[in-house]
Formats: sequence, structure tokens, C-alpha cells
Amino acid sequence: MKLTVWTYEGPPHIGAMRVAASMDGLHYVLHAPQGDTYADLLFTMIERRKSRPPVTYTTFQARDLGTDTAELFKTTARDAYERFTPEAMIVGASCTAELLQDDPGGITKAIGLPIPVIPLELPAYQKKENWGAAETLYRLVRTFASAPVERTPIAGRRSTCNILGPTSLGFRNRDDLVEIERLLERIGVDVNVVAPLGARPSDLARLGHADFNVVLYPEVAETAARWLSKTFDQPLVTTVPIGVGATRDFVREVAEIAGVDAASILDDESSRLPWYSRSIDSTYLTGKRVFVFGDATHALAAARVATEELGFTLVGLGTYSRERAREVRAAANEYGLEALITDDHLAVESAVDALQPELVLGTQMERHIAKRLSIPCAVISSPVHVQDFPARYSPQMGFEGSNVIFDTWVHPLMMGLEEHLLGMFREDFEFADGAGASHLASEQAPVAASRSLAWTADAEKELKKIPFFVRGKARRNTESFAKDQHLSEITVETLYEAKAHFSR
Amino acid sequence: MSALPVLHERGQREVFCGLTGIMWLHRKIQDAFFLIVGSRTCAHLMQSAAGVMIFAEPRFATAIIEDRDLAGLADSNEELDRVVSDLVARRPEIKTLFLVGSCPSEVIKLDLGRAAARLSQRLNAVRVLAYSGSGIETTFTEGEDACLEALVPEMPTLATKTRPSLLVVGALPDVVEDQFARMFSALGIEDVGFLPARSVDALPPVGPDTRYLLAQPFLGRTAHALEERGARHLPATFPFGVEGTTSWLRAAADAFGVRSGRFDEVVGPPAKRATRAIAHYAELLEGKRVFFFPDSQLEIPIARFLTREMGVQLIEVGAPYIHRDHMARELALLPRDVTLSEGQDVERQLDRCRAAAPDIAVCGLGLANPLEVEGITTKWSIELVFTPLHGYEQAGDLAELFARPLNRRSRLEV
Ligand code: SF4
Ligand code: SF4
Repeated sequence: MKLTVWTYEGPPHIGAMRVAASMDGLHYVLHAPQGDTYADLLFTMIERRKSRPPVTYTTFQARDLGTDTAELFKTTARDAYERFTPEAMIVGASCTAELLQDDPGGITKAIGLPIPVIPLELPAYQKKENWGAAETLYRLVRTFASAPVERTPIAGRRSTCNILGPTSLGFRNRDDLVEIERLLERIGVDVNVVAPLGARPSDLARLGHADFNVVLYPEVAETAARWLSKTFDQPLVTTVPIGVGATRDFVREVAEIAGVDAASILDDESSRLPWYSRSIDSTYLTGKRVFVFGDATHALAAARVATEELGFTLVGLGTYSRERAREVRAAANEYGLEALITDDHLAVESAVDALQPELVLGTQMERHIAKRLSIPCAVISSPVHVQDFPARYSPQMGFEGSNVIFDTWVHPLMMGLEEHLLGMFREDFEFADGAGASHLASEQAPVAASRSLAWTADAEKELKKIPFFVRGKARRNTESFAKDQHLSEITVETLYEAKAHFSR
Repeated sequence: MSALPVLHERGQREVFCGLTGIMWLHRKIQDAFFLIVGSRTCAHLMQSAAGVMIFAEPRFATAIIEDRDLAGLADSNEELDRVVSDLVARRPEIKTLFLVGSCPSEVIKLDLGRAAARLSQRLNAVRVLAYSGSGIETTFTEGEDACLEALVPEMPTLATKTRPSLLVVGALPDVVEDQFARMFSALGIEDVGFLPARSVDALPPVGPDTRYLLAQPFLGRTAHALEERGARHLPATFPFGVEGTTSWLRAAADAFGVRSGRFDEVVGPPAKRATRAIAHYAELLEGKRVFFFPDSQLEIPIARFLTREMGVQLIEVGAPYIHRDHMARELALLPRDVTLSEGQDVERQLDRCRAAAPDIAVCGLGLANPLEVEGITTKWSIELVFTPLHGYEQAGDLAELFARPLNRRSRLEV
């Protein structure tokens, strides 16, 4: 058993739901108790989806356990077919139903529905949401894309590709897809099939016609992409185009496979990040200590953008995607760090607390951690919340995505000039307590409950003169310094001793 | 008068399980911690259902059952003991720990009652209790019923007295609880307890001299446990709206021999205030057609308020379960032409709702946006549980809750 308060990923059947909800003409019949229907609100509330996700739950109750839950599954599957007449159906069990061992696949096969039925085995006590999504997509792809395909050589025609991985509830997937489709269009590549977002089961049958696959979100797409690559001899584009550098790499990779010259696209006029980052106002970004945590794809991309494109210093890198721990470890190594691989948000919190970064790039979970520690934060990855589905177009991928990233990461930090002014006027009464730059909510750092160290009145007053956005750090540094020195009291002297100590 | 016919439905239910009750119970009972023994699904439900991540370390958590627990590699009881010890070590302020059963813990027959007894003995500073909030046993608010039922044996015994004492049963927001306490005191009923109390250590006593009022309509099992301890129910409508609140208070006043002059004196001013507060909304709600999807069992009392005080026309009132006894007085006040449904087949109910095209559909979060897209104005039923709505001072808020979506619809031009 594992003690958990918040989780980065839901159970694997939520991943399957995300795939089902991404597609048209596919229905998911899930053997599950009534409470599991909460999952619908992820789609209707968080994503503001306009229709219920295409999922029917058996909602068995205790009284059914004694009788026949298998029978209930059978009627539910039959009724769902009649009501929704999907092109294909996926069937499976949630955690509770897995224990009942009713065999949803076998039952559905026995009723002989006139459509393909794909049974899903998603071990709920072992695996999690992203794995569930990847497995579901893989099963679907294997079922529908198995016919052999003859392709003509690319030379002399426009090439085509599949885009794999965008899903419902994925972090900015909706807009990323638009951005990448536009980019491919400019490179001169046609999109054959996008899956799962917007695909029908019958579209999956055409996957083999493409010349290559773009693996946009490896967490969801990698298993299916590997199989496609092997089966249809399709190369994979695996660069995830987040950030200017990665977008350029992506363009080069695609252009090479497609056999076209894409040099003109590399220095896109609308790509403002490179100049904004070089403009002098951004000087203050130099060496900002940044902590990055998220799914592997977004964490790796954020680390690269943070260091190569914004000139930050990476002080922590981690992921909850255990499936991709190796890659993240290797990357962290390159940055001279040890990766934090965990799905325990408390471990992330203590890492952030210990490192005291100046910016946290993480999930909604890290946003809360950072808020508690009064550290600026931007969200870069799932798990998502309603505010991660903004009304405006705001991709993370491609050149426009980089522009969005520049804005959203820099915004929580002090504007360069403003920081400067704050330093100059820190003696001014207006800044004396918690008056921050106008674009920042003036939020007081929560004072830790048990402070064993006493601050003298003078020291406390001196501390208040320090701008609020570094005050928490100054307090913590001073206290830890005092503790190391076995001091029982903190004076103004101690404050500056500590400052000197830490600035070495 | 014969009972209203009830449409019994069996099919897909679109409701939360009893675990969700922890959302408000952990805030109400301030010295208690709720440990769900369940799966990743249960943990995910807790964080998705109410968006409550804001509480740094809330007083609930999930012990997630893993493969090795199922494969028998790890003795589940030992594992549970280990998790509990870790938890208690980290959160020394915990005085009462609820082990909350889930579907998986029930299906693998993990006996949490036994575990609670064992752990209570081992950790003598912590009282460990158990109840089930599983989706195969409990629907949404029934989780509170199960929790309170587990608290009843912990209540001290009420010394035999010449005069009875009053117990108000059902978790109420503190502000509402305080209002009621003041009312009872003004009526001269001095000996009043509330279940749940704000701390498990301060549970009110119970015994044959206890007369209890139900503040919530979903407490069948708790009521039964109280009866077992000799307490007697004061049947009344539930305290929603002016009429419901007055009859609820009157049930207590009659049982405690409060003079009717005094009753009118005490109840008159706030009742008048409430009447004024709701009048304004009645104009907007009058004649509006309302359809209730089943959710919290609050549907019937609130539908009664809407129809009798707001002039709303009820189309269908769905409830996950109808307690015939506790609901008797409410049902008697409903118009004869309403469709009452119990249980759910969500697809068929949606068909009925679309066909009826109500002015407001009261439904869960999973259904609300899709219905809005279809042009049906909705009210999220979860707000009926999370918002203080009981009693006179909240009657206006209760009415406003239904007026707001209509108001909003009428403003939007795009
Ligand atoms: S319905 Fe059962 S398995 Fe699902 S969240 Fe509730 S208790 Fe957990
Ligand atoms: S803002 Fe935070 S707490 Fe609120 S719902 Fe979103 S993620 Fe959860």
C-alpha cells in the first residue's frame, strides 16, 4: 500500500477514456461502480467538452456482486451498442471490476456485435493513466492498421505523415496540433492521419499509407509508433518541437525525410523568442535558478528551453513518468544534476523547498507547491486544470509555442526594470511591506508554524526591508545559517553574516 | 391520500460514491483524519471531484492498494498498519482516524472494522474508526450517513433525566449550526447537541431521553443506530425554506413543550426576514419548469421548497434513494402530477429531460455542460451540498442558487 494525497496520474482506464474521448465513432464500455463516473467531469468541466465522453459504465452495486455482474456487463454493452451505434468498441474494467474477473472482452465477443470490439487489459494496481492511453492507442492501431500497404518512393511527390499522440485532456494538445499541422504544411508535407485526436477507427486503417510518423507526445504515442514503424517501415520523427531549438530540429528532421529544403522556415519571422531573449530587458533572466518537473516530454523540453533559450540555470529536473525515467536521468546528468523520479508530490515539495529556486516550471501540483513557498511558477505539463484550457490560441509547440512560452515563463518573474527599481526604492515606505510590482499579486509568504529561532525586533525590521520576493529565501537562509552556528537568536548581524555566507 | 407513484430505475448511475462525503466531513470534524483504503481511482476521484488541491495537506489521504497487496506478497493488514503508523507519526495532531472502505477494499474483503479495533488498541492516543464510502455500497451523501453511523457507538451515554435533550443530526456548516443553536436557546431548549460535533472528543451524549431532529435527509442508517441507543425521532420536514424550517423547529418546540406564544415570538422575525429574502426570487422562478437528476437525496426537500414557496413547476424529481419514512412529510407536500424517480438509468433520464425541455435541470457536473450545449439551463447539484442552505437566514441563498443560472442566461447576448 502506498500513502497518497494527490496523484500526478489517474488510473489506466482514465488513459483509455482520453483516447476514446479523442476519437469519433468509438465507444468505451467500462465495467465499474457508480462512483467511477466522476471521470466524465474531467472532460465536461476541465476541458469544457460539449458532449459527454463516449463511455458507458455498468455501475454495478454490492447487490449485483452476489448475482451476476457478467450479465450486467453483457446487457450494458448491448444497450450501449444499440444507443450509440459506434464504428468500434473498446471494453474493459476499472480497478474494482478487475478484481471480479468477469472478462469483458470474452462477454462482448459472445454477444456477437457486428462491429470490431477491442478488449483492453489495463492492470489498475500496477499501471497508470499515460500507460493506459498508450496501450489503448496501440491496441486500436494494431486492430485497424494491419493490412499491408504498398507505397511509392517519395521522390517526385509530396510526402505524407501521421501525427500521433494528441489526446483529449492533454496539456495544450488542441493548439499544438494546429501549430504543427501548419508547420508541416509550410514544410510541404501532407498529413495523412492524426490519431487519436479527431480520428475515427476507420481512419486508423489508413495509417500505413503515410511515409513517416510524427511522434508528438511519446507518453501516449510511442508504443503505437514503434509498431507502425516496424510494420510499415515508416521512419519516426521523435523530436518534440517545444522551444525554438527543438522546433528547428524538428523542421530539419522532417525535411530530411520528406526530401525537401526547409532552410527558409528555420528563421521564422514570427518567432520572437530569440530576439526577446537577447533584448537587454531580459538580462535579468540570466542565471535564474529554475526547477523543472512534469511528464518526461514536457520536463525535458522545458529544461532545454530554460537553459538554451532563456539563459536560466537548471537546479532541478524531474518527472513522474517512470516509464521514461532513463531518458530523464540521462538528461539530468548532462546538466550536472540528479533527476528526481517520483510520483510523490511531497518529495517534489521538499526538493523545491530545499533548492529554493527562483522559478518553478511544473504541473498544477507544483503550482500549488510553489504558491505555498511563495516562488513564481508556470505550468508546463499535465496534470491539468480548467485554466490550462485557455480560450485563446496558446500552443506550446512550434514557433508560436515558443512565443507563448516566453510570455508565460517570464511573466511570473519580476520585469527586469521593475526589479531594479524595487531594489533602489526598498527603503520607501510603500515597499516596506509586501508591496510588489503591480503585475504580481501581493501574497504574503506563509510563516512556518514552528519557528524555534527568535528574531530580534531589529533583525525582523531589517528583514522587512528586503523585497518580499526574496524575503522568504533570506529568512530561510538566515535561519539555517543560525541553526548551523548554534545561535539561539537572530540579530541584524546574523542576517548579514548569513547573507555573506550564502553569497560566497 | 395514496402515495405518489415512484418510477424505479436501474441502469447507469451518474453519481459520486460515498467517498466524496469526506470533502465536507474532514472540514467539519476538525480533529479527524480520513484514510481511504482504496485504489488510484479513489485518490483520483478525491482530487477531481471538488478541485480541493488548495489545502496543502488536507486531513484525508488514500492508502492505495497495489499489486503486491493483491498477489498476497504483502499482508494487507500489516501494510495497513505500516501506512497508519507512518501517517500518525507525520501528523501527530490526529486524534481520530477514520479508515474509509472503498469498492476494492470491500471486494477483497479487507475487514476495516477489525483493523480499526486492532489499531485503536495499538495506538492508544488515536481513536480509530471505520466505515465504508464505497461506490458499491454508498451513493454520494450516504458516505456521511455511514460515517455518522460509525460515530454513534462513540457517543457517551446520556444520564437519565427528568427532561429530554435535543440532538440535531447531520453535518451543517458551522455558521448554520450556530444559528440553530441560538434559535433553540431562544426557544428555551437548552440541552442541544449536534452530530457530528466539531471534534470527535466532544461528541454529544445519547440515550432514551434523546429526541433527535434530522437536519439532512440522507441519514437512514445513522437514525437507525440512534434508535438502537434509545433516541427518538422528531418527524418533520427538512429545514429548507421558510415552511420547512418552521415545521422543523416546531417539531422540536412541540416535543419540548415550548409555548406557542414564545415560538411565534422567536421564530417570527427571522421567518419574516426569510420570506422577504425569497420574495424577490419568486418573481423570477414562478412557473419555471424544473427537472431534478438524482444526486444527494436533497432533491425532494428542495423540490418541495421550490414548488411551494417559489411557485416552480416540477417535472421530474429524481433521487438516488427515497427513505419512505423520513421523506413521508415531504412527499405529502409535493403536487400529485410530479414524476418521482428513484435510482437511475442516465440515458433514459436524459431522454426524458430533453423531451420535457425544462427551464432548469438540476444535475451533476458530468452532465451540466453537455445539457447547456443542448440549450437546457442547469444548476449543479453539488452546490446544494457544498453551500450553506439550511434555515431561515439561508433561504434567500437557496432561492438565488436557482435564480442565478436563469439570470445569467438572460444577460448573455452571444
Ligand atoms: S466508486 Fe469505488 S472504486 Fe470508484 S472511487 Fe468510489 S470507492 Fe473508489
Ligand atoms: S486551482 Fe488548484 S485546487 Fe483549484 S481546482 Fe485547480 S488545481 Fe485544484
